Amino acid sequence: MRESSHPLAGLRQRIARIAADGGFESRPAAGWLASGHAPFDNALGGGLATGRTHEFFAADALDATSAAAFAALLALRTPGKAPLIWLRTVDAGRRAGHIYAPGIAELGGDPDRLLLVEAADPKMLLACANDAVRCAGSAAVIVESWGKFPLLDLTAGRRLALGARDAGTTLLMLRLNAAPAPSVAETRWSVTAAASRALEANAPGAPAFDLELLRWRGGAAGARWRLDWNHDEQNFGQGAGDAALSGALLPLPARRALAAHGAEAA
Amino acid sequence: MRLASVDAAALAVGLRPGMPLADARAQLGELVVVPHDPVADQDWLDRLAQGCARYTPLVALDAPDGLILDIAGAEHLFGGEAGLVADVENRFARLGMTLRPALGPTADAARALARYQARPAPDEAQAIRRLPVAALELDAEATTALVRAGLKTIGDLASRPMANLAARFGADAAMALRRMLGDAPSPLDPRTRPPPVAAERRFAEPLGSTAHAAKILAELVGEAIGTLAERGKGGRHFRATFFRSDGLARSIAIETGHPTRDAGLVMRLFAERMDSLADPLDPGFGFDMIRLTVPRIEALGASQLRLEGGAVKEAAIDELADRLATRLGRGRVRKFRPADTHIPEQALLELPAIDAPPPLPWQAPEPGEPPTRPFHLFDPPQPIEVIAEVPDGPPQRFRWRRAFHAVRRYEGPERIAAEWWRRRDNGGLTRDYYRVEDVQGRRFWLFRHGLYDEKPDPRWYIHGVFA
Repeated sequence: MRESSHPLAGLRQRIARIAADGGFESRPAAGWLASGHAPFDNALGGGLATGRTHEFFAADALDATSAAAFAALLALRTPGKAPLIWLRTVDAGRRAGHIYAPGIAELGGDPDRLLLVEAADPKMLLACANDAVRCAGSAAVIVESWGKFPLLDLTAGRRLALGARDAGTTLLMLRLNAAPAPSVAETRWSVTAAASRALEANAPGAPAFDLELLRWRGGAAGARWRLDWNHDEQNFGQGAGDAALSGALLPLPARRALAAHGAEAA
Repeated sequence: MRLASVDAAALAVGLRPGMPLADARAQLGELVVVPHDPVADQDWLDRLAQGCARYTPLVALDAPDGLILDIAGAEHLFGGEAGLVADVENRFARLGMTLRPALGPTADAARALARYQARPAPDEAQAIRRLPVAALELDAEATTALVRAGLKTIGDLASRPMANLAARFGADAAMALRRMLGDAPSPLDPRTRPPPVAAERRFAEPLGSTAHAAKILAELVGEAIGTLAERGKGGRHFRATFFRSDGLARSIAIETGHPTRDAGLVMRLFAERMDSLADPLDPGFGFDMIRLTVPRIEALGASQLRLEGGAVKEAAIDELADRLATRLGRGRVRKFRPADTHIPEQALLELPAIDAPPPLPWQAPEPGEPPTRPFHLFDPPQPIEVIAEVPDGPPQRFRWRRAFHAVRRYEGPERIAAEWWRRRDNGGLTRDYYRVEDVQGRRFWLFRHGLYDEKPDPRWYIHGVFA
């Protein structure tokens, strides 16, 4: 027994050592991707931690644009010229639509910071994502996928997360038309479009997002926010908050769609 | 159907190119015929020319079946002219090719000797003078006229005053004769221009392993980078050519977004390219020469690392873009640039990141106004079914991807007409764009394609989705 207990003890020691310096929570985040909306940022201790993986789910295909725009705006509102690397598959343009840079410019983002990478298939997408997260110096890396992503299992997700942590890269996973599933992400969000604050003559107003925190390694999940994008000040803010709108804050149809989708997937 | 080309055995039994197939079959029952494929022939000639780059960088194609090599100053490497010709014949024989080599003082003379020489001659000058006048490749009428006049060879023509020839057959004929005799230059149009920087390695014993070849390539990259550093240049485009002992060659090229002298980076990109080849590098009977050329170089000063490390980070992103472009193809890694037009789908250029032009200013957003352009654009726009209150009014309900959307808010129309200078007879339909929001809060960009006075029943499309 002594022969076998010796390697076992060694392994235990190794695991303890890995857990001591390699665990996700053990190292404090180097910075945050802040939204500019104080309640949101305070609740998360500063915003979305950089050097970590964050997942944005658009359970309904129609919310794909909201999820993509929220992730892009969060990354592009960081000051400086650091590029935003956006990886997607070649068929993404047909499904979610082509990324339209003039639209990003009208939201106040700088399209020159975008580096678009189109991979032929999900396998290549994952390989390119592994390279991109290991490259320091980007504002963030967005990996966009559509539907179920069986290649992104826990091992692949952990490999991405470790690469991002070592290089200090923020990885934003865009899971469009997909139901939330367990993963190693620091935070997991469900993003849906929210009704905008109407302008004169009942015209649609500034972009509005409904966010639900599905999981957070650093604290309790389940919180919901409604954020409006203000392109003049380059930040997210609470909508004007008139009574009618806070009623719309709980988007029942969206929740129902989510549940229905989950049942479909199961 | 006629014979396009025949091999030596067929020639021996009397078959000739241009002969009707039925006649040839009647003459020789067991004749093997394959369809003539000029494109494949051209491709094969090009591959042979690539293989001939081992002798000299100046290789010109003489379609459909000739190659011209400028071997001035290169023949001594193969033991003189005879040695070089023997080497070419030897390699081509291994590929099953028969050739008719000829050496001449000018490209035109060599070409004429290869194609028209019928009788041996004591020296080159005599050989050229004994060529038939057909070697000048004038039109058939002129050739016949010369022969009727008793001028059967180039020598006959050369002994007459040049002015008479020019007066009777035009200046082109005189020029062709002067080129043949070497009095006028006959420049070569090489298949590739000689690169500004090149390094090569020849092997006495062919290399059978790709891994070993990659090691040699790393040495060559080191040499080429040394040369670049001496000149204060950096490479943008590197090309490695692996010459197989059977005479064929395979080229692998990489590109970088910025001039570089980083040997490690170049080798990483080469490794990336070799891994992503659909048709892997095949040594066959072994590589007997590897050449690295740098066809595109740009000025690159000596660089110093910044203390705060800013330059290093930018370089890391550039390197990532190069690596992904090498793996996925240069068009798959793109940057956005604005185009000066009001047609939405043409207002955006997606250019390869590897050589994107410098950034241009984008249309700045109106303060306090919501975005008027979508985040995602559908190209082409997707057709939808719309119910509107009045024919040219805003949409009230629409169906897209089999789901109904009830419009709660809208703004529009924003009228975008075709560019008048692009459309013929003032045609082209005007589009009326509406920004709409449905009851669930999703914002879409819809348009009606055509005004009611332009088209009786205009269709509706969705062109994009707003954030």
